[in-house]
Amino acid sequence: MDGEAILEYTDLSQLLSVLHGYGYTVIGPTLRDGAIVYDEVETLADFPVGYTDVQDAGTYRVARRTDDAVFGYTVGPHSYKQFLHPAVVSLWEATRTDGEMTIRTTPAPGAKYAFLGARSCELHALAVQDRVLYQGAYPDPVYAAVRESLFIVAVNCAHAGGTCFCVSMGTGPHATSGFDLSLTEVQGEGAHYFVVEVGSERGGEIFRQVPHRAANADESAAAERVVAEVAGQMGRTLDTDDLRDMLYRNLEHPRWEEIERRCLSCGNCTLVCPTCFCTTVNDVTDLSGQHAERVRTWDSCFTADFSYIHGGSVRASVRSRYRQWMTHKLASWIDQFGTAGCVGCGRCVTWCPVGIDITEEVRGIRLTDGALSGQP
Amino acid sequence: MIERTDPWIPESYHIVKTWREIPDTFTMELKPTDGREIPRFASGQFNMLYVFGVGEIPVSISGDPSQRGILTHTTRAVGAVSRALCDLKEGAVVGVRGPYGSHWPVAEAMGKDVVIAAGGLGLAPLRSAVREIVAARERFGKVSVLYGARTVEDILFRRELEGWRARFDLDVYVTVDHADAAWRGSVGVVTRFVARAAFNPEQVVAMVCGPEVMMRYTARELEKCGVVDDAIYLSMERNMKCAVGLCGHCQFQQFFVCKDGPVFAYHRVKSLLAKGEI
Ligand SMILES: Cc1cc2nc3c(=O)[nH]c(=O)nc-3n(C[C@H](O)[C@H](O)[C@H](O)COP(=O)(O)OP(=O)(O)OC[C@H]3O[C@@H](n4cnc5c(N)ncnc54)[C@H](O)[C@@H]3O)c2cc1C
Ligand code: SF4
Ligand code: SF4
Ligand code: FES
Repeated sequence: MDGEAILEYTDLSQLLSVLHGYGYTVIGPTLRDGAIVYDEVETLADFPVGYTDVQDAGTYRVARRTDDAVFGYTVGPHSYKQFLHPAVVSLWEATRTDGEMTIRTTPAPGAKYAFLGARSCELHALAVQDRVLYQGAYPDPVYAAVRESLFIVAVNCAHAGGTCFCVSMGTGPHATSGFDLSLTEVQGEGAHYFVVEVGSERGGEIFRQVPHRAANADESAAAERVVAEVAGQMGRTLDTDDLRDMLYRNLEHPRWEEIERRCLSCGNCTLVCPTCFCTTVNDVTDLSGQHAERVRTWDSCFTADFSYIHGGSVRASVRSRYRQWMTHKLASWIDQFGTAGCVGCGRCVTWCPVGIDITEEVRGIRLTDGALSGQP
Repeated sequence: MIERTDPWIPESYHIVKTWREIPDTFTMELKPTDGREIPRFASGQFNMLYVFGVGEIPVSISGDPSQRGILTHTTRAVGAVSRALCDLKEGAVVGVRGPYGSHWPVAEAMGKDVVIAAGGLGLAPLRSAVREIVAARERFGKVSVLYGARTVEDILFRRELEGWRARFDLDVYVTVDHADAAWRGSVGVVTRFVARAAFNPEQVVAMVCGPEVMMRYTARELEKCGVVDDAIYLSMERNMKCAVGLCGHCQFQQFFVCKDGPVFAYHRVKSLLAKGEI
């Protein structure tokens, strides 16, 4: 298919049925317990049509819109990592008989997901996790199994959140690659449609089965306007100039102690972050002692156990844990994986119970670049 | 779908022999249960050892890399997994993943003097290097082994150390932190032997392993003697859950100790070590 196409608002459910017909479990935004989260969606009625979210440091609230926008909000507390890199997963099972041990990979559930409504920051977060869990010397088998069958329908944001800073991170708001299909929602003067861009052969094959027509120049221009306007509405900004080296030379900056006085070391920021990948494992046995299993769970660099070695935690202080987290996101990640570990989604800012804002903390350090704390 | 080997799955090994070295430390020899050779490894690398149903921990290989028939590990019982490992008897089965990580610069040290400095259990991963050097002794210049233990009872591989000391081509210094009157050897920290050891500071490679403070002081002492920081190597220890760069636990600022280390040239980690809580 050449050029952009128009999918009418009323035909969005057709796209859902075609995806279901291809055997995909469709994951989309849905309203639950006062937040817009990712879950299985069956029909258009499952989407938070006519809702938006209001976000700021430490606060999140869902509100009614005055229109019927399907995607009129930004990202919530969930990210796609819960599907690709589950919070709890069994890695293998072992049995012991007569002093012999047999270990087998736990069979994967074999889910085939279509993510419908993936924002540009989410696509960049996926690309970041790909580098960490999929493209290294030892690809993670759990991640690989889900990743390889993934179908992605991106959505260009029509509204920026109060804690968003994707423009600063170069990760949005316009989804430019990494999708099978992308949608831009346009409303006005009685019209309500999506301008669709096809990003892959598979995307084209699926879209051909959904009712659509070619977009005219006005419609394409309307979609471009939506994206351009959003870029100017970012709730936050982060100056990335010289960021890595600036942080590396400020590992002993007094700001870390000042943050320590506010940070609860609760790990919320790591749980909501779409790129945080750290895990721990638990080895367990059944009552007979002959069957064992290794279970992997998300972990957080904010816990004391995380850096425990015989004799104590390497990072005993909260200041060193926050420093580890932030400098990993914005500095060491670049050395490790050739890209920053932050995509500017703003989740850590919104979901921090005390409203610690990564962009503010960086600003605070930059302001007194080179200052030294009295602490060792 | 693409066939891949699962990096989380341990191989099954039998304990062929296990013995107590010092009160809390055991050496065990292992063989794959299917009779294969052990994977090739280099001195300084480590394996993840799994005790059935209990857990998995990183342990350095303390054996000789030229011996392909047997895998040797020396472990101190300090917590749940290491204690369970040390309690295992001959014939018991152990899971092994590895070898992982970087190794001692034994090849780079050829034609040069060598200083090996170990503190406590740090002698275990360095034993592999010493054995390798001894096996090709003529290829190296002067070789010194400096070893410090807490007490006389804590001296690891005592018989082997005596064997090395008896050779004319190895200078061996052993010291303890605390000793009673019966000990006729040195008392004090291992770092003070650095200045006494015979080596050409411009033609030497130093390999250091022990508690982090010991490594820092030893490296500083070597620098004082004129050794440049990229000729000094040390082996870092961090919490490890995967050993393959996936779990994030072993991070040391930009490094993953499991894949970029554990052996690092000192100049790469020097400024980080000075900061603490990294
Ligand atoms: C590269 C490397 C090589 C090592 N080589 C040896 C060796 O040759 N011989 C030896 O006796 N020990 C070695 N250790 C240390 C050994 O891994 C720990 O003593 C062991 O993990 C303690 O586990 P535990 O369950 O017995 O103790 P606990 O105190 O119950 O530990 C709980 C958990 O914390 C973590 N942990 C605790 N201490 C350490 C530690 N020092 N390093 C890393 N993780 C730790 C482990 O994940 C462990 O499962 C090495 C560590 C590393 C990183
Ligand atoms: S660090 Fe914060 S803003 Fe950056 S990707 Fe993670 S949650 Fe989003
Ligand atoms: S920064 Fe906020 S969310 Fe993160 S650990 Fe500290 S208090 Fe919790
Ligand atoms: S031990 Fe898991 S990343 Fe290094």
